[in-house]
Amino acid sequence: MIEFLQHLGKETHTSFTKLGRGTYFLLQTLNGIVSVVTRPRLLINQLYSVGVLSFLIITISGLFVGMVLGLQGYYILSDFGADETLGVMVAASLVRELGPVVSALLFAGRAGSALTAEIGLMKATEQLSGMEMMAVDPIKRIISPRFLAGIISMPLLAALFSAVGIIGGQIIGSGLLGVDEGAYWSQMQAKIDFQDDIINGIIKSLVFGFVASWIALFEGYDAIPTSEGVSRATTRTVVNSAFSILGLDFILTALMFGDN
Amino acid sequence: MNNSVSPHNSLVSVKNLSFSRGNKKIFNDISLEFERGKITAIMGPSGTGKTTLLKLIGGQLLPEQGFINVDGNDVHRLRRSDLFDLRKRMGMLFQSGALLTDMNVFDNVAFPLREHTKLPESMIRTLVLMKLQAVGLRGARNLMPNELSGGMARRIALARAIALDPMMIMYDEPFTGQDPISKGALVHLIKSLNTILGLTSIIVSHDVQETAAIADYIYVLSDGKVVGQGTPKEIEQSDSDWVQQFMTGAADGPAHFHYPARDYVDDLLSTGKRY
Repeated sequence: MIEFLQHLGKETHTSFTKLGRGTYFLLQTLNGIVSVVTRPRLLINQLYSVGVLSFLIITISGLFVGMVLGLQGYYILSDFGADETLGVMVAASLVRELGPVVSALLFAGRAGSALTAEIGLMKATEQLSGMEMMAVDPIKRIISPRFLAGIISMPLLAALFSAVGIIGGQIIGSGLLGVDEGAYWSQMQAKIDFQDDIINGIIKSLVFGFVASWIALFEGYDAIPTSEGVSRATTRTVVNSAFSILGLDFILTALMFGDN
Repeated sequence: MNNSVSPHNSLVSVKNLSFSRGNKKIFNDISLEFERGKITAIMGPSGTGKTTLLKLIGGQLLPEQGFINVDGNDVHRLRRSDLFDLRKRMGMLFQSGALLTDMNVFDNVAFPLREHTKLPESMIRTLVLMKLQAVGLRGARNLMPNELSGGMARRIALARAIALDPMMIMYDEPFTGQDPISKGALVHLIKSLNTILGLTSIIVSHDVQETAAIADYIYVLSDGKVVGQGTPKEIEQSDSDWVQQFMTGAADGPAHFHYPARDYVDDLLSTGKRY
């Protein structure tokens, strides 16, 4: 019993010190963003490796998710003779939920894990320490540009995901199953609200981008500088990001769509 | 800054330094002086915290007690921006080289210049080629770090360390894992850079011969204490058992071959009970 309590206390202590380090790290990173603005080159490079390189996985996944939505939506809606509202269903699911959430999960798996591994290995090979000794702040030079790139990329990737998904739903819905194409688009236009649906979706993906980039960069920066340490940190990035994204999605959804 | 006046023209002086990692005391009240323009070596077996000492001097770690004074500045009481200014005048050569793996050799050497100066690209090119020429690798400027051998990587890192013309360089195990030819090249380079550029060098190493060949003064550390100090000659003739064991490389002596354990026979005859 005593041992259990000791263990519990130790775990709690470890988690809280880590949370503290993480918060301090975040503050330093945010502080470093100011200097990124004066060196756009660093940001552009990271936008490429964090954002542009995630295009393919986001596009393909978006297409398939949209196609599945088209199929499943059609089967259910046609039972009620409401298959013309398929466009609304596909678009609403994507813009409100699946776009931000699934693209954030993919982002954590594709870009987040890469960031953790990169930073962790830089730490393990003394590159971060070497920079410090050259009087270059690694937070400003390495971390902040990546963080900002993650926050900027995420909503764009989510938008791409939703857009491709809507096209996928349309291909299946009106191309294969015979939903009227005009109805697909016009119903969507009539029912999807810019403020309620699209803006809220963007806010979600901004939050997810913030959290996923923070977790990925912090795990890398805080990794034990050995090959095992980096591998564990990478795993933690994917697991913790997924939990945070899904948990936050619930909270955000409850806050945003409660009144409808 | 009442510690700024130090005896015999030291660039770096370490006073009453203590530092622990976990429960292990790495340094226990040690004091060292590093004279301007000289090569001072810190020797001792692996795990005596030699690298830690360099990190303490560079202000990357905080001591528990004591001061470290570099060129009149108390390193651990400087503001962050002043510490960074001081670091621009301190070069450090990491054991791994610590080259940035996403840039080629040229950009690695240009890195500190581009970060800290607003020199035009043509000037940076000239400076980088000069530094590369000094380490004999001007021809390797387009290679990526993963295409370099260990010895080359260390020489490139050395070129980078002198890019900003520092007043001192700290070498972390410069000879470890090098073949005899690279070792020879590095020994020669460290010595000649020190003379030509008027640097102050601090070498942390356990390679006795190479280090003794170029050092002006040697400190031998063990268990957080200075167990011997002097010129290479004095160290060689030291009557300390410990220093003798280290310099000659005897397997057993004051530093035991065996990790502390209970009696051997006892251990073999016991029936696997929990010790």
